[in-house]
Amino acid sequence: MIQDRATLLAAAAMALSLAAPASQAAEPIKIVVIAEASAIAGVAIPNAAKLAADEINKAGGVDGRMIEIVDYDDHNSAADGVRAFQRAASQDKAHFVIASYVSEVVLALEPWAARLKLPMITPGAASNDISMRVHDEYEKNKYTFHGYLTSTAIADSVCDGAKDLLVKGLKVKTAVVMSEDAAWTIPLDAQYLECLPKIGIKVIDHIRLSPDTTDFTPIFNKIEGQKPDIMITGISHVGVQPTVQWANQQVPLAMFGVSSQATSSTFWKDTNGATEGVVFQAAAAPDVAVTAKTIPYSQAYQARYGISSAYCGYTTYDEVYMIAAAVKRAGSTDPDKLVEAMEKTDYVGTIGRIAFYGKDEKFTHAIKTGPGFVTGLMLQWQKGRQVTVWPTEVANAKMTFPSFVKVSN
Amino acid sequence: MRPLQIVIDGFAISSLYAMGAIGFTLIFGVSGVLNLSHGAIMVVAAVVAWAAAGSFGAGPYLGALAGVVAGFVTALATYFIVVRPIQTSRAIPREEKEIFVLTGTLLWGIMLQEAVAHFFTSNPKTVLPLIAGVIDIAGERTSINKLVTAAISLAAIGLLWLLVNRTRRGKVLLAASINPRGLTLLGFELSGVYLQVWAIYGVLAGIAGVLLGAFLGVSSDNVGQLTASAFSIVVLGGLGSVTGSLAAAYVVGYLETLTAYLIAPSIRTVPVLLLLVLVVYVRPQGLLGRR
Repeated sequence: MIQDRATLLAAAAMALSLAAPASQAAEPIKIVVIAEASAIAGVAIPNAAKLAADEINKAGGVDGRMIEIVDYDDHNSAADGVRAFQRAASQDKAHFVIASYVSEVVLALEPWAARLKLPMITPGAASNDISMRVHDEYEKNKYTFHGYLTSTAIADSVCDGAKDLLVKGLKVKTAVVMSEDAAWTIPLDAQYLECLPKIGIKVIDHIRLSPDTTDFTPIFNKIEGQKPDIMITGISHVGVQPTVQWANQQVPLAMFGVSSQATSSTFWKDTNGATEGVVFQAAAAPDVAVTAKTIPYSQAYQARYGISSAYCGYTTYDEVYMIAAAVKRAGSTDPDKLVEAMEKTDYVGTIGRIAFYGKDEKFTHAIKTGPGFVTGLMLQWQKGRQVTVWPTEVANAKMTFPSFVKVSN
Repeated sequence: MRPLQIVIDGFAISSLYAMGAIGFTLIFGVSGVLNLSHGAIMVVAAVVAWAAAGSFGAGPYLGALAGVVAGFVTALATYFIVVRPIQTSRAIPREEKEIFVLTGTLLWGIMLQEAVAHFFTSNPKTVLPLIAGVIDIAGERTSINKLVTAAISLAAIGLLWLLVNRTRRGKVLLAASINPRGLTLLGFELSGVYLQVWAIYGVLAGIAGVLLGAFLGVSSDNVGQLTASAFSIVVLGGLGSVTGSLAAAYVVGYLETLTAYLIAPSIRTVPVLLLLVLVVYVRPQGLLGRR
């Protein structure tokens, strides 16, 4: 009996102590982060979110409300992602979700954002469908924001870089497009096939490879046999293996395009340096001042986590600030008001000036690209470092290739 | 697309497959254990070799050695932590032991996989090749590493053949696979035989993992695929038949390479799976199986 009473007392005390802070301090702004924690690129999402939240909280939060980050590992699986999203809504009572860099996962979450009226933004998925769905069914899907470049915008960025670096610089005339078979590369490839001929590069062949491919020898041999001047890539799920086999087999064609794994600072070590000479697109780089915020962010990330941020870390960091600003503008965390406030975003972040396309534009809620907004960079691995080779005004190195690569004909 | 390319590439990949599958079939043949943590053991070996060679600066040779040792230790750990306690347990009925071992090794494999992902991330790694560079074979640029992979695989398989067929210790292993009961009647301790076969298996899986890491690269995400690949080769060749597995490895390797070159790289594994279905229908004991 005494024991029972003691238990009861303890429980009451615990309940009080749990309830007390909520009634005293302002309710925190809860941001749930869903990403693949065991991948270098994936873990940059929660890492960068915590970095931004700590900075905002240290400066007093948003009108006295602190930002609280809750993170879930989706193991790169849409099913795990959906479960985490449901939990974010029902248990964590999240106000905003930052989710994944994998298009398939984000596309699976999009209907849940609509159903649960829980605003969501992706810091790294590219598939055009994410923002096109918002356009097609705005009232339903307006809760989703596409906080990264669409595949079409990525392809355009690569083509813009290729025009200066390959066509003008190296007189490249022909290319083979090599992409992995995934949701994000369908619009990417479509845009490659459209924009490359426009800048004067003839596409001889277009190869889509299975993301499960481990032996790339036949693919490289086939491409080499077609004698293009260069390979234009669209890879993200694969990266280390094709890069290492390309170097080991000394495939004499340069790789230029999208190689998401190459954006991570550990890529040099993972490939034992085989990535020397790989040219890849990114929205930001560790040592390029795209804006005044880029370098301070990348240094803070490096200092705190001991590695440099992957591409989706930059966007996540910006997004936490954008969400905080939207909450401030809306004066509430009501989802509809938050969406409305988020749409008014005009924020200079680490990757450039960020604003979202409106509901009448093709890619509703995707970030605006082009001059004055986010333009993208072309980086290259050189001697263990990622250097910027394009655009010329921010470039800190000239593009060079390992001796086995033969570019201009 | 010259035929010689297909011959060289197919030979290299087939030899690697043979190397990967032979330990798996050996352990099943001798002790009746289907080790579903096989892929995980190979990945552990490859990742340790990568870490030793790169992060700890041991260089390619010591790194490779560290990888093989890691494979050996992990295999023995699998035996002592998972397989043996199940085999000697009195709580598990005899007829259910096989399914317990199957489940136990599967779960152990997942634990190893998650441990690798936790400590080394799930990003793929590549082991430094023992010999870098390329040579020209009749006009085909071939990486030396590819030839080294094939040579080491064949050498290891050859040594295993000598061990089994030419030494007394090997003959005991062979006898255990044919009639374990008869062997115990002759006064041999079966647990000792099993330990030996797990030790040999560990070395084979370690070498296979390191070679795989240097040739193609591995990630903790590949664990399931690697086990499945070894499993299908062994089923195709006939469960427990070492020669059958060898033959099957070359069938699979060449069929995949031909598909990748002549049809499309994206459907590389499809014909092999169709063949597997066909073999299971028409000749369930496998190409050279005896059960």
